[in-house]
Amino acid sequence: MADERPGLLTPTHDPLEAELPRRRMAINLGPSHPAMHGTVRTHVELDGETIVKADPEIGFLHRGFEKSCENVNWTQCLPYTDRLNYVSAILNNVGYVLAVEKLCGIDVPERAKYIRVIGGEIHRICDHLTLVGAMALELGGFTAFLYAIEARELLWDRVAEQTGARLTTSYCRIGGIERDLPEGFDGRLRDSLKKVAELREEIDKLLTRNRIFLDRTRGTGVISAEDALDYGFTGPCLRACGVPYDVRKVHPYLVYDRLEFEVPVGTRGDNLDRYAMRMEELRQSEKIILQALDQIPAGPVILDDWRYVMPPKPEVYGSIEGLIAHFKIVMEGVQVPRGEVYAYTEAANGELGWYAVSDGSGRPYKLHVRAPGIPILSSLPHIIEGSMLADLIPTFDSINMIGGEVEQ
Amino acid sequence: MAKAVLEALQQKFPEAVRDLYTHRGDDVAFVEARGLVEVCNFLKFDPSTDLKLMLSVTGVDYLGESPRFECVYHFTSMTHHHRVRLRVKAPDDADPRVPSVAGIWRTANWWERHVFDLYGIRFDGHPDLRRLYMPESFVGHPLRKDYPMKGRQPLIPERDFRDVIRGPGPQPREQGRTFPGRSPILPPASPAKP
Repeated sequence: MADERPGLLTPTHDPLEAELPRRRMAINLGPSHPAMHGTVRTHVELDGETIVKADPEIGFLHRGFEKSCENVNWTQCLPYTDRLNYVSAILNNVGYVLAVEKLCGIDVPERAKYIRVIGGEIHRICDHLTLVGAMALELGGFTAFLYAIEARELLWDRVAEQTGARLTTSYCRIGGIERDLPEGFDGRLRDSLKKVAELREEIDKLLTRNRIFLDRTRGTGVISAEDALDYGFTGPCLRACGVPYDVRKVHPYLVYDRLEFEVPVGTRGDNLDRYAMRMEELRQSEKIILQALDQIPAGPVILDDWRYVMPPKPEVYGSIEGLIAHFKIVMEGVQVPRGEVYAYTEAANGELGWYAVSDGSGRPYKLHVRAPGIPILSSLPHIIEGSMLADLIPTFDSINMIGGEVEQ
Repeated sequence: MAKAVLEALQQKFPEAVRDLYTHRGDDVAFVEARGLVEVCNFLKFDPSTDLKLMLSVTGVDYLGESPRFECVYHFTSMTHHHRVRLRVKAPDDADPRVPSVAGIWRTANWWERHVFDLYGIRFDGHPDLRRLYMPESFVGHPLRKDYPMKGRQPLIPERDFRDVIRGPGPQPREQGRTFPGRSPILPPASPAKP
């Protein structure tokens, strides 16, 4: 195809100016490439700088999540769920325990619900900060990345206080959560959120009206709402196309129906919109946490039902019932009744669904995780074919594929 | 809410839609494999169902039952906000096959590759049925219940060292070991059919 843009030389019959024979070039982006988060290999065929064909290949990080879960008991699956979306572990924990609780037909105490919401929203902020920071970094804005990481560190300090771990939290339990909030957590979290808000506004100033950033993201990686639905998009990527679908609003779980927040919706479905969704959700998540901190009631954080929950230690040492319940949970695991459920929550990147089948033994017969990243990554060829190679990087950033959950 | 949708579906396709039930608030229908494409076309395009968003496809291996393999489909609607689950039994245990719905929802393309890779269920009419996670040289399907937990197939030779807890490769005491309520762990499954 001759380039007919004005100002460029057009091919003539002069042998010196004749068009060179062109061949498609195939390049491998990844599996080990800093812009390919995790270990995705994308086989890209290029004509000049235009992507003719792209084929993402996943599985380099496959650890056999489902197979591992089928061979341990229901509680022991929790640490595996941390490692799905390792940037927002509590959201995975919450999704998983909600599935098991739906299967058991139990409801958790109010305070546990609020703490789950608080922990989940802190991690949603961490996840979105990671995306915004990484996106800025890969488009050449190292400063914004440092601000994002600093903000994330502040929150991870709170996560460490709350759960005892920075990254792999394993915080929830079937029937509640593992431990109550520490002393003085409320005040420290509010202070941290203030600092995070300042850093967020700095990032906003650095990026949202930055000419280079806008040129790289506006109008690139576009997907229409219809195509996005067809490809199974959920979460911020779907909302960027203009579909106001958020599981927290449409099917409220935990206490989201008592909290006021707005669902940002985009119009164009390009990289800038997907970035803007994340920036706005950072604000909304902060609002949710502050409301939850105001509303949180006192009370137990875990159910008092020894079929599902370990009895308190004085009961174990002091009563025969407590000892037996402890022994049975440790040796046999929680006995989840037969049946199968699909439970779903809004994780940071979209709907995180769990299809759990129990055969009545102490182990999951089948545990399928519907990771939001899989359908989104599968649309990558559709989004980027025909655009420039340089557009692949912001597109890959803004769809926020997390290797741990996509490759299971 | 979705119960009424499924009842209407059953009246429209009495041959294909076999059994309806609601369990823990989830509305489920058993669908015959041969009628699946017809049913899915209706579910997506009819305004009363309008299931535009396919959430996932997964498989389940009910070893010891016949039919052994099952595909599970989840959908939701953006307008009515109802959710539907379809369960489809693959008729043949030795060569499980289910018609592909990748022509109806493009997201089914990868989900069906996922099920094919992990369970070996083949989807008739799928445009590009390759493995999704495992390398092409992988033998067997790892989520089948008769595939051993430690059925390792390293791409490069593994170092031979003894690790008492979870060393590489199958260990002698793993042979024939059973879990309560589970099938015995068998040697690796026969090679996948080309």
